[in-house]
Amino acid sequence: MADAEEPEKKRRRIEDVTEKMAVDGGHRDGGCDWDGRWNHVTKFLERPGPFTHPDFEPSTESLQFLLETCTVLVIGAGGLGCELLKDLALSGFRLIHVVDMDTIDLSNLNRQFLFRPKDVGRPKAEVAADFINSRIPGCKVVPHFKKIQDFDDSFYRQFHIIVCGLDSIIARRWMNGMLISLLSYEDGVLDPSSIIPLIDGGTEGFKGNARVVLPGMTACIDCTLELYPPQINFPMCTIASMPRLPEHCIEYARILQWPKDKPFGETSLDGDNPEHIQWVFERAQERAAQFNITGVTYRLTQGVVKRIIPAVASTNAVIAAACATEVFKIATSAYIPLNNYLVFNDVDGLYTYTFEAERKENCSACSQVPQDLQFPSSAKLQDVLEYLTENASLQMKSPAITTTLEGKNKTLYLQSVKSIEERTRPNLCKTLKELGLSDGQELAVADVTTPQTVLFKLNFTT
Amino acid sequence: MAATKASKEQKYDRQLRLWGDHGQESLESAHVCLINATATGTEILKNLVLPGIGAFTIVDGHTVSGEDVGNNLNLIFWVLMVDPLDFNRAQAATELLQELNSDVSGNFVEESPNKLLDNNPEFFNRFTIVIGVQLPESTCLRLDSVLWSASVPFLVCKSYGLIGYMRLVVQEHSVIESHPDNALEDLRLNQPFAELKNHIQSYDLDSMDKKDHSHTPWIIIVAKHLERWLSEHNLQPPKNYKEKEAFRQFIREGIRKKENGVPEDEENFEEAIKNVNTALNPTKIPSTVEDLFNSEECNDVTSQTPSFWVMLRAVKEFALNEGNGSLPVRGTIPDMIADSQKFINLQNVYREKAMQDAAAVSKHVECLLQSIGKYIANRRCRCLGKNSSFLRVVRCRSLAEEYSVDTVNKDEITSSMDNPDSEMVFYLMLRSVDRFYQQHSRYPGKAKVYTALSLINVRLCIHPLCYDDCRYGAAEPHTVAAFLGGSAAQEAIKIISHQFVPFNNTFIYNAMSQTSATLQL
Repeated sequence: MADAEEPEKKRRRIEDVTEKMAVDGGHRDGGCDWDGRWNHVTKFLERPGPFTHPDFEPSTESLQFLLETCTVLVIGAGGLGCELLKDLALSGFRLIHVVDMDTIDLSNLNRQFLFRPKDVGRPKAEVAADFINSRIPGCKVVPHFKKIQDFDDSFYRQFHIIVCGLDSIIARRWMNGMLISLLSYEDGVLDPSSIIPLIDGGTEGFKGNARVVLPGMTACIDCTLELYPPQINFPMCTIASMPRLPEHCIEYARILQWPKDKPFGETSLDGDNPEHIQWVFERAQERAAQFNITGVTYRLTQGVVKRIIPAVASTNAVIAAACATEVFKIATSAYIPLNNYLVFNDVDGLYTYTFEAERKENCSACSQVPQDLQFPSSAKLQDVLEYLTENASLQMKSPAITTTLEGKNKTLYLQSVKSIEERTRPNLCKTLKELGLSDGQELAVADVTTPQTVLFKLNFTT
Repeated sequence: MAATKASKEQKYDRQLRLWGDHGQESLESAHVCLINATATGTEILKNLVLPGIGAFTIVDGHTVSGEDVGNNLNLIFWVLMVDPLDFNRAQAATELLQELNSDVSGNFVEESPNKLLDNNPEFFNRFTIVIGVQLPESTCLRLDSVLWSASVPFLVCKSYGLIGYMRLVVQEHSVIESHPDNALEDLRLNQPFAELKNHIQSYDLDSMDKKDHSHTPWIIIVAKHLERWLSEHNLQPPKNYKEKEAFRQFIREGIRKKENGVPEDEENFEEAIKNVNTALNPTKIPSTVEDLFNSEECNDVTSQTPSFWVMLRAVKEFALNEGNGSLPVRGTIPDMIADSQKFINLQNVYREKAMQDAAAVSKHVECLLQSIGKYIANRRCRCLGKNSSFLRVVRCRSLAEEYSVDTVNKDEITSSMDNPDSEMVFYLMLRSVDRFYQQHSRYPGKAKVYTALSLINVRLCIHPLCYDDCRYGAAEPHTVAAFLGGSAAQEAIKIISHQFVPFNNTFIYNAMSQTSATLQL
């Protein structure tokens, strides 16, 4: 769809959409401003310029909307989240919600500057909100110490713009799916007022990216899933019998020894518990000694067990700033928003690359067409399950497959509930034909990566 | 004491994984000077205080205005606590930045940089780096002159509307640990050193049992096949695509077959085939390092020569002697399918050779130091050997050179202007804005008066940009200040730690298009 359009047309469509963002009424009491407070911001909103959005009309109303009506949701109050909250508050946004399910850890303090040593253990969302609310007059940040999945569409619908500073691809995909589910179509035409722009930022060490997603219009998170390389998991045979790296020894202690030795009773391994890490570290050292492997350190152990990604204040500051700039642009229509992906890397000098990620025609999240599943009728359900998890464009985590047989809803396989897993496990070894599935049959698949089920259509190759 | 060390390790854990304990030590020994605690300035400093620099000093003679407060979280807090809006910006910023990290000591000087330069020009010599924000052209040039003579790195930063600007001024900055993103492996398969040759020799693929055969490291497999290829091809390794494909096929034929002729599942052979390109990389001294070897500083070593050049000279001596035209062996190999023993043994061959080479380099260092009568405390020859392919030296021109009519980089400017999307146009805009300020003591458009600007010797029709300049009216929007804050802080950290490579020498960020450019001016 996007491929066929000329750049000019595409540009206009994006401008149209940002123009028609629903601006609901509701007058708020400002009250805490002083002379010159918003000078920096008004210079953009009250003066025309040659690079502004074609539909932009300089006025005091833009500032008004920003200050009194525009409601923004920030997802994550960590490295990116703290920066985002500050950036938005200082750009004039006053109605901000923030969601984060975590509590503050000492290792956060090298970059999550809304937190102090005394806050360790408290919920990030709450401390962040307190800080901003108490120090920036007029700003009202509402915290939610919750998972994003704890909310449904009625919650998300209230926001004009959503900006994510997440550290999980699964969570991103879920958010992406949620906003896609909010889209409404009239006679097959997308209603622009149902679009909630999603600004997504991510960082890792000295690298980062920022992107603008207009659900239903531009490339969504799932359209570019291949950009995220799959997580490194060492093969079990290496861990179990052929370790070569210190990491293999650590994984051995974590995956094989812990469940066997149960060093702290039935408690599962908690990466944040220093005693647990110490135990894994010692076992890993023993194993390493057996195989003459050097390099097992406490720091490495913690890094492997917790899958730690190195992080510094500077990269988070840069990416959050880029995201906040986009939120500002979209909220005010003052400039054409980023279209649509920015990559940043400051390992060697400073490098940025901006490009337009393209929509995938058959994207499992946003293309609205049932996904094609090509299998011989003699294939086993296990084969389908593997495809759903291993395929680079799907990367599902623990898909639950259901279908309609003889007018009734039937669960073919579900992993997340033990009793159902046990009951449906035998189905994995059965062929699709044996399970009573026919050519063209629709399968509904649910997974943590999406709030809505994904529809697949079976195509028998033989 | 132990408690604080442990909690510091925890606090800084995420960044220690990037620059190590030694990098952190260099940060904690640093004293950074920030001139002008504007939004951009305090954002930069915040991103230096959080990772734990030793100390900072803010130099700023300005009092706080309402405009300032709107943009700066720290100052907003201060305003709430203290009623009159007439206290010094430097003091306000210092108090709040301190709060972000109790390990850092903060100081301030309520004075303009010009006054300091008048009364005490050596004031700035004590700093590890000086960061000047929103400074007028004349002040920048004065600081440039002083800091250049004192060899203190100078980072100039400016946010102007939706444009961010950084300029690094440092005579010579050496980097041993540049941490390149995609470094080629140093396997030496085209010229195996004696110990590697012997180790390869110890394998006899044909006589191995099935398990050993399929758990032999791919490096050995490639080496063995390469030996045969060389003997059959007049000692010429595979060079072009066709030959490499033939070589891959040759390796594939080495896969054992089952009784029915179907090849066994030997993943290590598949790895060998996949890694042929990597394996066949010739061992070569990179041109960047060759250039360093050929420079005057390397060849003309005296007691005044900085340590880096003495070390580099030692590496050169190694390459000319023990190295037989090659740099010290790096000593690392990638993980590969193999049983533990075979892998560890192979890894040790490379490791031990690296240690040997580092010891040889160390001897050369010793000789050099003796001959020039100098002492270097922390030599880190192992680190030097490991990073010898990645050594970098960054030299930035002074501002005086950039601004002088005789030495301005006209070529870079005019060739960039051929590209309509180039960020160079914003550089010119900023220069013209500075010129305007120099002449009128205010920025264009600040008082909502749109005036025409005169440009620096370049005839261009860029009226839309002049118009945009005036529109900005020296606005410093927070998100641009924050972007620059992160960028500049990281460049400062690179300068302080001598890890990772700083930019050379002008960086422009365009928040409108979310693009950037690095120009060498």
